[in-house]
Amino acid sequence: MQEGLWYSDTHEWVRIERSAGEQVATVGISAFAVEQLTDLVYVELPKVGDQVRTGQEFGTVESVKAASSLYSPVTGEVVEVNAKVQDDLDLLARDPYGEGWLIKVKLSQEPDLSRLMDEETYRKRVSSQ
Amino acid sequence: MRNKEVVRLLFELSRPGRRAVRWPACDVPECEPPPPEAVREEPLPLPELSELDVVRHYTSLATFNLAVDTHFYPLGSCTMKYNPKRNEKLANLPGLTDLHPYQPQASVQGMLRLLYELQQFLAEISGLPAVSLQPAAGAHGELTALLIAAAYFRKLGEPRCKVLIPDSAHGTNPASAKMAGFEPVEVRSNPQGRIDLEDLAVKLDDKVAVLMITNPNTLGLFETHIVDITRKVHECGGLIYLDGANMNAVLGYVRPGDCGVDMMHFNPHKTFSSPHGGGGPGAGPICVAEKLAPYLPVPVIGRRGEEYFLDDQRPDSIGRVRSFFGNVAVLVRAWCYLRTLGPDGLRGVAEHAVLNANYLLTKLKPILDVPYGERCMHEFVVSAARVKRERGISALDIAKRLIDYGFHPPTVYFPLTVKEALMIEPTETESRETLDAFAQALVKIVAEDSQVLQQAPTTTPVRRPDEVTAARHPVLKWTP
Repeated sequence: MQEGLWYSDTHEWVRIERSAGEQVATVGISAFAVEQLTDLVYVELPKVGDQVRTGQEFGTVESVKAASSLYSPVTGEVVEVNAKVQDDLDLLARDPYGEGWLIKVKLSQEPDLSRLMDEETYRKRVSSQ
Repeated sequence: MRNKEVVRLLFELSRPGRRAVRWPACDVPECEPPPPEAVREEPLPLPELSELDVVRHYTSLATFNLAVDTHFYPLGSCTMKYNPKRNEKLANLPGLTDLHPYQPQASVQGMLRLLYELQQFLAEISGLPAVSLQPAAGAHGELTALLIAAAYFRKLGEPRCKVLIPDSAHGTNPASAKMAGFEPVEVRSNPQGRIDLEDLAVKLDDKVAVLMITNPNTLGLFETHIVDITRKVHECGGLIYLDGANMNAVLGYVRPGDCGVDMMHFNPHKTFSSPHGGGGPGAGPICVAEKLAPYLPVPVIGRRGEEYFLDDQRPDSIGRVRSFFGNVAVLVRAWCYLRTLGPDGLRGVAEHAVLNANYLLTKLKPILDVPYGERCMHEFVVSAARVKRERGISALDIAKRLIDYGFHPPTVYFPLTVKEALMIEPTETESRETLDAFAQALVKIVAEDSQVLQQAPTTTPVRRPDEVTAARHPVLKWTP
């Protein structure tokens, strides 16, 4: 877990950066989620230019155990997709909060932080599971 | 000892010039050779083997099988019930196997009568009067029923786009909903492992076409609020679909139609002892309420006086979903099973399936956690989460080690709502001695050293296949 990130109920993390009047969110999945999924075999991500909406599916991650949906913690337009992760799924396990990011989204509305958890709250939630 | 040599690939066993048959010299006039452009430049690279090479190869491979005929096979959610051999014998009678689907209907009256009767049996068991035997598998039955629901709402002029599906459902449910053009919406389970009625109430509105429910559910629990649930969905104008995968637990005791269900499928391989496919043909007959009957796929087997016929004059039908009459040979086995057991026998199936599962559950409770329920229906889910945390033994390790003890492993890591899940379904035909032996094996396994378990299985020709590499970099073709 890392500070400065917000976490969703469905184990995605988001880091929001502001520059030149724009807000860009980087989205990934938490180390806890990666551990629970076990060995990953496939990740399906949106294309640059696709719209994502808070709480709606933006992709799929598949492990030897199951296929799970990825839910967007924010609303906006996909401006970058991490192609490296698709080639090397181990990046998600090695560096889930850094090189293992999944998509970057240019926000079209203010993020709803009340739906998300800070690091402390998320840590408590997953340690109770 | 097993001979590992003979189970190498046939291509690896091949030796140039070795063969099973040496043809006699040709004693008829040779025909014109084909035009040169139609002739291969090189001969096909087929393996060259003696007859004995081939026989030993396949016979040895066959002995590696873990099958219900050789091993206890408690694969939860799949109901690996024993396939009585009389069904096989009857289904192979030449009067049944030598038919052709293009024969005039007057000459296949016996088969049509059998299928008509099967429709009636399924209608009686389900409490839903209209039946189609066409779908070729359970998931195909789901899709067919959802297409019927879509046609029904189209006729009513109601645009309904959502299908509600509990989080413990089989993965086929959301897949079928999506394929039928609906949007699947998940409904949460409550802490008791049943549908969360509050979450259902939140998600239920006039956009909901269908609620898909599995009862008993995949945790082996009966949805005790089923009547309340179906009433609420009906109040919103929606339909109820029942995934019939777990009908083995309630045969003759609960008729889904009586609980307010509008549509359902049966899995003859789970409930009526037809063999599991192994890639072969399956069947997923569906039963629907009267108001949905006009939309059933064609043809439906009908009856006029003493004559049976294929009824395809049904203007509101969703059309064909399968060629000819469906996978008839599977349906014949289901008919044999039903006629053999009769109503009392079927109730006995449900009683023994539930009794066996509860007996085993009671035996396993002291060694593995059971997250949901003191009692179960025909199957139950135990969790290895505690032994994993404390001793590093996962559900997968336990499953693999069971193979060394001579048992087929149970289903693992399903349903997704239980961590380190082992889903166990003994079925009705197992004796108390077999159940005791299985429980004893699990007692021993859980007490074993974790390193031993992580190496398991040690008695199989292939140990643990590398599932990750197989999924990431599949090699689908043999190359020398």
